[in-house]
Amino acid sequence: MKALDRKLLRDLRRMWSQALTIALVVASGLGGFITCLSAVDSLALARDQFYARGHFADAFASVKRAPLALAEVLRGVPGVADVQVTVEQLVRVEIAGLSDPILGQLIGVDLRQPPRMNQLTVRHGRALAPAGAGQGRGDGTIDALVSEGFASVRGLRPGDELTALVNGKRRSLRIVGTALSPEFIFAGLAGMPDMRGFGVFWVDREALAAAYDMQGAFNRVAVKLAPQASEPAVLDGLSRLLAPYGGRDARGREDQASHAMLDNEIKEQRVMGTVLPAIFLAVAAFLLHVVLSRLVSTQREQIAALKALGYANATIAGHYLKLVALIVAAGLVLGVALGDWLGTQLTRLYAEFFFFPVFEHRIAPWLLLVGAGVTGGTALLGTLSAVGATVRLAPAEAMRPPAPGLYRRTVLERLGVQRIPPALRMVLRNMERRPLRTLLTIGGTAASVAIVIMGNFFSDAIDHIVDTTFGLAMRSDVTVWMAEPVDARVHLQLARLPGVGLVEPSRSVAVRIRHGHRSERVGLQGIAPDAQLQRIIDVDGRQSPVPATGLLLTDRLADKLGLRVGDRVQLEVLEGRQRSLAVPVQATVREMMGLNAYVQRGTLNRWLQEGDVASQFAVALEPGAEPRFLEATKGLPRVAGAFSKATLLRNMEDVSARNVRIMSTILTLFAAVIAVGVVYNNARIALAERTWELASLRVLGFTRGEVSGLLLGELAIGIALALPLGMALGWGLVHLVVDLLKNDQFLFPVVIGPRTYAVAGLCVVAAGAASALVVRRRIDRLDMVGALKTRE
Amino acid sequence: MSTRPSDLPPRQAPGAQAVFRARGLGKTYQTGAVAVRALHDVDLDIVRGEFVVLLGASGSGKSTLLNILGGLDVPSTGEVWFADHRLTGASEAALTDYRREHVGFVFQFYNLIPSLTVRENVALVTDIAPHPMPIDEAIDLVGLTPRQHHFPAQLSGGEQQRVAIARAIVKRPEVLLCDEPTGALDYQTGKRVLEVIARINAELGTTAVVITHNAAIAAMADRVVYLGDGTIQRVERNAHRVSPSELSW
Repeated sequence: MKALDRKLLRDLRRMWSQALTIALVVASGLGGFITCLSAVDSLALARDQFYARGHFADAFASVKRAPLALAEVLRGVPGVADVQVTVEQLVRVEIAGLSDPILGQLIGVDLRQPPRMNQLTVRHGRALAPAGAGQGRGDGTIDALVSEGFASVRGLRPGDELTALVNGKRRSLRIVGTALSPEFIFAGLAGMPDMRGFGVFWVDREALAAAYDMQGAFNRVAVKLAPQASEPAVLDGLSRLLAPYGGRDARGREDQASHAMLDNEIKEQRVMGTVLPAIFLAVAAFLLHVVLSRLVSTQREQIAALKALGYANATIAGHYLKLVALIVAAGLVLGVALGDWLGTQLTRLYAEFFFFPVFEHRIAPWLLLVGAGVTGGTALLGTLSAVGATVRLAPAEAMRPPAPGLYRRTVLERLGVQRIPPALRMVLRNMERRPLRTLLTIGGTAASVAIVIMGNFFSDAIDHIVDTTFGLAMRSDVTVWMAEPVDARVHLQLARLPGVGLVEPSRSVAVRIRHGHRSERVGLQGIAPDAQLQRIIDVDGRQSPVPATGLLLTDRLADKLGLRVGDRVQLEVLEGRQRSLAVPVQATVREMMGLNAYVQRGTLNRWLQEGDVASQFAVALEPGAEPRFLEATKGLPRVAGAFSKATLLRNMEDVSARNVRIMSTILTLFAAVIAVGVVYNNARIALAERTWELASLRVLGFTRGEVSGLLLGELAIGIALALPLGMALGWGLVHLVVDLLKNDQFLFPVVIGPRTYAVAGLCVVAAGAASALVVRRRIDRLDMVGALKTRE
Repeated sequence: MSTRPSDLPPRQAPGAQAVFRARGLGKTYQTGAVAVRALHDVDLDIVRGEFVVLLGASGSGKSTLLNILGGLDVPSTGEVWFADHRLTGASEAALTDYRREHVGFVFQFYNLIPSLTVRENVALVTDIAPHPMPIDEAIDLVGLTPRQHHFPAQLSGGEQQRVAIARAIVKRPEVLLCDEPTGALDYQTGKRVLEVIARINAELGTTAVVITHNAAIAAMADRVVYLGDGTIQRVERNAHRVSPSELSW
């Protein structure tokens, strides 16, 4: 082995603790990047594979009742490649012995002709058998395949039976197996995953049609588009043909519930997975640069000796690049391992509410290349510039003990502050002498404070969202959904149920809001003018009144449609009797979630000319009354389901919020590692740079404490300056991230709790204290004579 | 440039070829706002095999002169030649090659690589020099064979300086440039180091240029160049060289 390579290994061994912390910084940057992006990439891959394997349809439509013969007509719409029709119904489902409400979606499957779209993957048990072969027992029992998520949460196995209220009659559903469908990768209600309260049941289409008097007819359409077909044109064609039969809601994939949720998650995670790790990588690269350039400059005299011996600049630069490459390579390996492990965990979290037949975590080669390339590249570039500066130095100059630095009176002294203790004066003058280095050191520490704040911010944000949504906006305990709009006086009936305090009717209707050439499909909610139980709260926690004569829109929706207050829009009603109205936009509200439109219920009813109707009722209950109330709603006709806030909150806490918190914890840990790496390396290098000076002071009679004070004082002042700076930087970084993450559906509130600032501060202070201990121990062991004799 | 020490003409032969030829050499350093004139209008010839001592107080310009001769620094004015190679204006790469092939350096503070053992510090040079002597031979020449596996931190100052000498001569350099080689050493150790340098000069015929501010050392040289204020004050030729063991200061 060449002597120079031996030096490399020995140097590495000597500085192992610094090398380790640098490698950890690299690993944290890369680990965060790979964790986020590999999980979302795996999600996208699983989706694409399942869509291909299950022949997921491109467009969907509902209709009240259309003859089967119409399917052939639909097939003739230009751009349509295939059409599949079936019967679907929403029913109430009961599991013996349980009171909580369950909504079931029954979907008819043609047993004589295997489906060509939205094909099922049977996971357990058997597929549905054609009529005759074990179908029914003459007692009205219906065989069903059940969605796997619901089955697993409810502990359902093939052979189990449930009761469903099918067209007013209680029928038995016998589970023959569990299945997955590309239509229900995500299953839930109100945009939140709900495996407990929502189940999908696939049954014989003939049996379902018979139960609802739909023989020879259909109420759902799935369409495969021809290549290069125009989706809007096809949707238009479908709507026109279906309109006479009560058609509604022709929509593409982007408005299909499961796809929209999945798509949103992928988009959001991609932004998160790009923005956050990019910031991490940038900070890590900056820190590497600072740390490595200082490290190399402490070897200035060794570099000079090598040059004097005849080593070429390229060889010396190569030597230091190799050193850094080894450290960075260790960091990369660690980062990939970490990213792989955490990515697998994140994929498992996804698998709790996104259901695929095959869902494995994988790291795409491009991800490795980009991540490792960017991290390694920036690290090597940083070293190169540091080495470059030293190598360019004439060897004679590097060999000479550096001339005493140009010190001057500090700013404080020049400002007339007289009584500065000598030790503090030395510390301050030293910091002022190399302003750039001091700035970089403080900047590096501040950057690590900032990313710890950013990591923790997401927990604060989700807390705020949960508090606002469930504390300020949704003040009801239970929401009762009707199968179709009913007379609003039903609220009197609900008010008589046990434990009811207050009932508020509301009406929601699917509409398309059109402004010029832009349009958006949303649920328009008509709520009470002085609503107590469903309030509209903006990101800052203020309540917005519901307008009487026009729409109140989420600001993002208004922006998307290019609308300003006072503009008029076309409101196309997508339910019931289809019609189009011109209505004004009366106000906008900066909401955190969704693209929403609101108006007073009375106004909406007038627009729809429907009389005093409602489709939901928000109910406030006395404490402890919920089980009795839910049980009582089962007896009410036309009630599709009753959903408790507690369940929604639990779903949110168990899945969405938990994921954000896990993410936040991971990011915070990575950030903390980076903070420790920076502070520790700064302290160690400062020690290496000044060993000679400190030893001289010891020789002059300074005590260990006094000498340590000089170095640690600098460390402490640096951290003290970095803390407020880092907090301000963190605040700015959070604003930047929130702005970058802003999308149609979601706006993170900028809320940073005092705890978050405190954690970030503590991380850095703790790292500083630990580093100080190490440095102090080294100063205690300082060999005065040795340090003075060898100027290394 | 492949002249081997054994091919060298006897030292101080009449009309001997100059190893170094400097004309009008000057060097000015810019330190912040102040320009420091370290060297001014120096003419100097050094012949093969010669033992030259550069004597002067600190700040006299001797280190600057040595560094320029060794290709570690470049002059601001004037010209300097090594044999028939012009060092002034040579590229960084050419100067590196020059140092690698022809020059051995010994510094006041040894400048050993602390992470390498005695043997490995010497190997640092044999790894890149074109015609090095065996490492064992170089270590033996400085009398460090028993300590060859020690790290610099485990050696005394004199021993460290002898490692530096071994490292300088292992490449069979044509010139050995020593900057205050005894500056950091005690009397006895300093004398041992000087003996080694004298022996290299005598046995291998290596031209030696030694910087010192210790006038007593001048007696062991062929020629003594007195520097002061960046110029050559005078040059003295010793009628006979004193062995280092006879020196005292």
